[in-house]
Amino acid sequence: MRIDVKKTYKLFIGGQFPRSESGRSYELFDSKGNFLANPALASRKDLRDAVVAARNISDKWSSATAFNRSQILYRVAEVMEGRKDQFIAEIIAQEGVTKAQALKQVNEAIDLWVWYAGWCDKIASVYGGTNPVSGSFYNFTTPENLGVVASFISDQSSLTSIVHAVAPILAGGNTLVAVAHEDYPLSAITLSEVIATSDVPGGVVNILTGKAKEIAPWVGSHMDIDGVDGSGLDSTTYDALRKDGADNLKRINRFDEVKSPQRILAYMEHKTVWHPIGI
Amino acid sequence: MLAIDGTETSIKSFLRTLSPVDQVGAESRAAMLGTRSIKTTSKLWAIDTAISMIDLTTLEGADTPGKVKAICTKAVRPDPLDATVPHVGAVCVYNDMVRIAREHLDNNGGKSIPVAAVSTAFPSGRASLEVKKRDTEDAIANGATEIDMVIDRGAFLSGNLAKVFAEIVCIKEICGERAHLKVILETGELVTYDNVRKASFLAMAAGADFIKTSTGKVTPAATTPVVLVMLEAVRDYFQLTGKRIGVKPAGGIRTTKDAIKQLVLVNETAGPEWLNPELFRIGASALLNDLLMQRMKMHHGQYSGRNYVTLD
Amino acid sequence: MKFEYAPAPESTAIVDIQSDYNLFIDGKFVPSKGGKRFATMNPANEQVLAKVTQGTAADVDRAVKAATNAYKKTWSKLPGADRGKYLFRIARILQERAREFAVLESMDNGKPIRETRDTDIPLAAAHFFYHAGWADKLEHAGLGANPKAHGVVGQIIPWNFPLLMLAWKIAPALATGNTVVLKPAETTPLTALLFAEVCQQAELPNGVVNIVTGDGATGSALVNHPGIQKIAFTGSTEVGKLIARSVVGTKKALTLELGGKGANIVFEDAPIDETVEGIINGIYFNQGHVCCAGSRLLVQENIKDELIEKLKRRMSMIRVGDPLDKNTDLGAINSKAQLTKIQELAQSGDTEGAERWSPECQLPEKGFWFPPTFFTGVSQSHRIAREEIFGPVLSVITFRTPSEAIEKANNTPYGLSAGIWTDKGSRILWSAQQLKAGVIWANTFNKFDPASPFGGYKESGWGREGGRHGLAAYLKGDM
Repeated sequence: MRIDVKKTYKLFIGGQFPRSESGRSYELFDSKGNFLANPALASRKDLRDAVVAARNISDKWSSATAFNRSQILYRVAEVMEGRKDQFIAEIIAQEGVTKAQALKQVNEAIDLWVWYAGWCDKIASVYGGTNPVSGSFYNFTTPENLGVVASFISDQSSLTSIVHAVAPILAGGNTLVAVAHEDYPLSAITLSEVIATSDVPGGVVNILTGKAKEIAPWVGSHMDIDGVDGSGLDSTTYDALRKDGADNLKRINRFDEVKSPQRILAYMEHKTVWHPIGI
Repeated sequence: MLAIDGTETSIKSFLRTLSPVDQVGAESRAAMLGTRSIKTTSKLWAIDTAISMIDLTTLEGADTPGKVKAICTKAVRPDPLDATVPHVGAVCVYNDMVRIAREHLDNNGGKSIPVAAVSTAFPSGRASLEVKKRDTEDAIANGATEIDMVIDRGAFLSGNLAKVFAEIVCIKEICGERAHLKVILETGELVTYDNVRKASFLAMAAGADFIKTSTGKVTPAATTPVVLVMLEAVRDYFQLTGKRIGVKPAGGIRTTKDAIKQLVLVNETAGPEWLNPELFRIGASALLNDLLMQRMKMHHGQYSGRNYVTLD
Repeated sequence: MKFEYAPAPESTAIVDIQSDYNLFIDGKFVPSKGGKRFATMNPANEQVLAKVTQGTAADVDRAVKAATNAYKKTWSKLPGADRGKYLFRIARILQERAREFAVLESMDNGKPIRETRDTDIPLAAAHFFYHAGWADKLEHAGLGANPKAHGVVGQIIPWNFPLLMLAWKIAPALATGNTVVLKPAETTPLTALLFAEVCQQAELPNGVVNIVTGDGATGSALVNHPGIQKIAFTGSTEVGKLIARSVVGTKKALTLELGGKGANIVFEDAPIDETVEGIINGIYFNQGHVCCAGSRLLVQENIKDELIEKLKRRMSMIRVGDPLDKNTDLGAINSKAQLTKIQELAQSGDTEGAERWSPECQLPEKGFWFPPTFFTGVSQSHRIAREEIFGPVLSVITFRTPSEAIEKANNTPYGLSAGIWTDKGSRILWSAQQLKAGVIWANTFNKFDPASPFGGYKESGWGREGGRHGLAAYLKGDM
């Protein structure tokens, strides 16, 4: 019998797969208590590095054409489709569900990417527009990216939850740091491998694994993070983060797991431009 | 000084250095200045100042010696019952009426009031340069000391700026020391404020003593934003050259309110230095009576009526 | 010849200021429970105009109960079209009583009558008119088929545009079916109290609008009241952050309209005379008491001298003085405290080595005054380049290239407004794209309209006011 080559689950920062700078990891077990992996246990410094990576690529990603972003998000779906088996195996390992249930989740996740991919070049036309102001002025409002968003992934599912969080943030032109749920790092890291091979520029998506509670205070107080999705945080941690986040008035939300353009808009800013009309 | 030698290239390259004008911004500035509330003593001052700046005008095909003499009488003594009313700035007539006007003024206490002649195939300007020169020569010979010439708007709009420039230079040469030259831009045909600003500079560079908005035969004429843009031009030209050029709005200024708005524009744009008949004139006819009626109201506290001013 | 403009004061006979004011709760003016009175003065002459009530926590509680009751029993049951009709009525009454509001606003705030008459009051009326039309069309607002009101909304407004900010708050709240408890600013309560009379004249159902005057303590009682479902605040970033923290752990929705340090960027090809007007309007409009003021002038270095020359000339025409004079361009600073703050920051400009300039102008002896002022030689690290002065003080900074202009403009924690002046269309659109600000004025400045969303990026706030986008602040949409 062949000895399997086991996978090392590392972080995803700036397009690279480093271990935690702290050298820490934690043990992950399946639903039956069998050892699964030693995912990296991200530290505040890993968060710091991830934010720097996300900020550095922010202008490039947000100024890419919406059509281009749309194609890249669609590409993620394509690549995922080819790695279905791995996602299924990891979902079964982490959640203890049947293969059919795991397949359903993977299909849903892929379809979510496709759905949000299509939104990239529509969101501004649906939610922007011209405003008929008095006087001889042309006035329009358009939603644009917020900047760098941190996202705490909820534990509703190991794969679709992270896609529910990541895809709309990317569709809106933001870059992000996602903190995978502690119980579900495998799907998150495998997804990051898909992202790394799907034309998503390095740094646009950064994924940390570890303990949300440990990272949350550093996210809340970080002055270069513009928005937070706290769906994966418990109420106490979430409330503390909201208090810290007031220091730079971060846009902080949590969501029910629904697919909606409102999830894209939650991390966009409306910009209104005036110009005289004259000869 | 301005680097213009009369060639198309030099004119165009100079005009390209001018700042553009934003229509909405210019109009809103003019409208804001239009809200200035001029009351009591300042209103009285403004009324008399406006009277002294009027180029009292008759430019009709039906003008007769009788009509011209009547306005000359009025120019000297706008209110026959009130000698404190100042005389107007000038009388403005067609070429063939210049001598009649001059003589009538001279014989009726108006020696100091200049006669302005509209010249250069006014109002269209569609004649040969030879005719325009003769027209001007003739007016001066008959006693005009102010020449209101029109620019060739067709040449301006077709980009033949050297022609526009050369004509002004030529008429200015004829005027020499004998007559003041007012250059009519006919802003209603130039349409854009950018054009108004360019034409203003072009006229000043070519030797205009005054720049004037309109013939009075085209609307729109002396709108407040047009005058604003021209006042900005003379102000900037002064900065560049140290030379103050006058401004004459003409056409559409009929009420005291209109006239006071013009004075406010002058005061807050070009500055108080321009607030005298040497540098600001208002081409008008009906305006004078409205100013007189307002003046009576200010002095006597009751509204006047049309039969208490002279209809000439 | 000198053209002196004789005084042209607007008559105050049109306003009828009472000596004492109660609170407006449940459709009636009622005395406070335990609240003292405090004076509101005319900042132009320091004369006390009236005494108003310091609303207590008990008063706020009463007002919230009245608003809750009105929400449950009447307002939430009215069809949108009927809510709209009340708003139309209010809009009309504001138009009918416009002069009265303009004079009163000018007296209580210190701003020129020209601005209250031509800007504040007409825009306030327009805001009600605009939102009236939304009341029966909310399903088309882009928030799902059946968006819902929050319930009772607590609103706190600043002193810089008292009635206009009231309109920005109350009109959308009512149109979307919420009821309101509003606290006007401590130094400018009078037009809000006059607005209460308008509500009565419009026969607005009792309790739909409640107005509780007071200071920060009253505001805090309102923010922290458990019966409030949503808070809308306009004011300083500092207080905004406090409110943001205080709603943590509650389900209260929150929108914030906070401070700014707007960059007004002038490129070499700008329409120069209109640009000068735009700079003046950007910083000297309303004594610079404007959150979206263009308080940083970023001018391309190669036209700096020309622009400064023109700006000086134009500033020397600014007429400072009696706010009620129809020719006044710059009125009084709203309060002693604000004046002190402006003086202190201007002082820091001197100390840090920037060069101060003001035109010669005679300031009245009584009242709170600060001349129109700019500083040249300002660098990004000066306090006057970073902190919101909220007064008629402009900081002039130079740049060499478009990228440098954008970098400097965005180099602030604020993100409310920005201006772009250039004749080149593609550069306007490029700049507008690059600037991190919620409102961009290109070749114009400080323009407002009820149909146009207003609000900031970054530390300038959360959410938008005005336009279709502003409705989102007062509605819970389907996801």
